[in-house]
Formats: sequence, C-alpha cells, structure tokens
Amino acid sequence: MRLDLILRIGTKLLLPFMLLFALYVQFHGDYGPGGGFQAGVIAAGMIILYALVFGISKAKLIAPQWLVERLVPLGVLIYAGTGVVGILTGQNFLDYSHLAHDPVHGHEWGIFTVELGVLITVSSTMVAIFYAFVERGR
Amino acid sequence: MEVFINMALLTLLAIVTVAIARQRNLFGAIILAGVYSFLMASLLIALDAVDVAMTEASVGAGVSTVFLLAALHLTQSLEQKSLHTAALPAAVACVIGGAVIWGTIGLSPFGTPDAIIHKHVAPKYINDTVKETGVPNVVTSVLADYRGYDTLGETTVIFTAGIGVMLLLRGSGRRRRQREAVGQASKSGEAS
Repeated sequence: MRLDLILRIGTKLLLPFMLLFALYVQFHGDYGPGGGFQAGVIAAGMIILYALVFGISKAKLIAPQWLVERLVPLGVLIYAGTGVVGILTGQNFLDYSHLAHDPVHGHEWGIFTVELGVLITVSSTMVAIFYAFVERGR
Repeated sequence: MEVFINMALLTLLAIVTVAIARQRNLFGAIILAGVYSFLMASLLIALDAVDVAMTEASVGAGVSTVFLLAALHLTQSLEQKSLHTAALPAAVACVIGGAVIWGTIGLSPFGTPDAIIHKHVAPKYINDTVKETGVPNVVTSVLADYRGYDTLGETTVIFTAGIGVMLLLRGSGRRRRQREAVGQASKSGEAS
C-alpha cells in the first residue's frame, strides 16, 4: 500500500477548487481584486501541484507540452490582436470604443479579451518553465 | 492598531531579510524568501492594495518558490564561500540605502490625500471608470484599458522570459534532435 494516500486524495480534492478559484479571479476581476495575471498563476499552480504529487507524465496528459508551448505566444497575439482590431475599427491601437455598439460595452469586451490573453500567456509560461526545469533535472 | 500591525510586519520583514543574507544553505534561503513574500503580501493587504497582495502571494510566495526549488534540484544546496570581501558591496548598499532614505524626506507624509500623485490622473480614473469602461474595479480598468500599452509590454516580458528559460534549459530543437540521434547511435553501437 502506498504511504502517500492522504497526500494524493487531498490533492485530488483540492484541484477542482483551485481551478474554480482561478476562473473566479479571472472573471470577477472586473468587480473584485484579481485579473488575468493572478488567475494565470493560480491555474498554473494547479497543474504544478498535480505534477508534483502524481508525476510529470500524468500532468502532461492533462496539459500536453506541445499545447502549453503553443499557448505561450497565443496569449500575446490575442492581446496585440485586440489592439489591431481597435485600429481596424477606426480608433487608436488598444482603444476598445468601437468593439461593440456603444463605447462602454466595447471597453468591457476589450478588457475581457485582453485579460484572457494575459491569462493564457501567464499560465502556459509558468507551466512551460516548470516542465523545462523538470526535464533538465532528469 | 493598524500602525502596530504595519510596524510588526515591517520588523519581521527586516529580520527575514537579514536571515536570507546570512543563510548559506540555499534550501533555507528559498523557504525564507517564500516567508518574505508572504509577509509582504500581508503588509500589502494591511495597506489596502489587495490586487498587488494577491499577485505577491501567488507569484512571490507560490510559483517562484517552486521554481527556485526546481532550480536547486539542478545544483548543489550549499552556497560557495565568496573569494572577495563584502566591504565594497556593503559600501554601495549603504550609499544607495542612504540616498533612498534621503529621498523619502521630500515626500508628503504617509497617507496624505492631497499629495501630488493623488491630484494628477487618479481622480479622473476613479470618477470616470464606470462611466467610460463599465468596470467598477479601478485597478482592472487602469491595467487593461487606460494603461493597456503597459500591460501589453508586461505580457510580452512574461512571454520573453518563458521563451528564454525554455531555450536555456532545453536547447533549440535542432541541437536536441542531434543529441537524441547521437544517443541512439551509441545505443545501436553497443548492441552490435
């Protein structure tokens, strides 16, 4: 019988709440503390905790390395792309006024997509750095 | 009461800083660095900077402690004795520290509402954020909208750091393939 049973069961119980908290921090960032940066680190922390307890190969099944490494530039592209869409709608770079029918909704959508870009880049970068360290240590 | 809490936290921060500087065991230094970040996060909560406190707790005390431990796994856990004396670094630190303290004399007292920094763009952000962006959290609207350029740069910094670490630790794809090819060749050589 494995001796780390409590650790493994405890981790399994924690993981969904960590993901839920990351999503809460992300989508409630407009009203409370938090945003893409913090949510990204918490989401990455979930993957890292899973990898620490269950091993790196199990973690790569839920967050494959090729996917993580492609998400790193994707977030920056989403952010910069939102700015370019601002230019295409006749505004300045990163001006969200024309993204929706009225400027206030446009700004809400702009902030939403930009925060999504931050979340994607931050979380995938943290997981990618962790994978790089673990692979080197083998 | 709040002054007392701030004083206690700042004293603990100073103690932990000295302990980190004197610690030769790198494992202990990493754990103390985590303690430092946690104390800093508590201090930022006491100063009502919840967003920054959250970042400090998750990045400083959380992920960077894990990264430092992972880096420690690749090296040895005891710091080498330095070959130089600490006189010059200590002098530089004292001069810079003195300059910083001298600079704080010119600041307005702690928590003054009519300090210059609160008179510039801050009132506009606080008054207009709901009207202009529909987002009640001023920190979010400043980060993602009014100062969107800065956050784009910040995200690019994270991206660059990630790419840099991956290149340094894993090597480029071509070199890795060469290494694997050499490994396979030596294996087949052993077999024959």
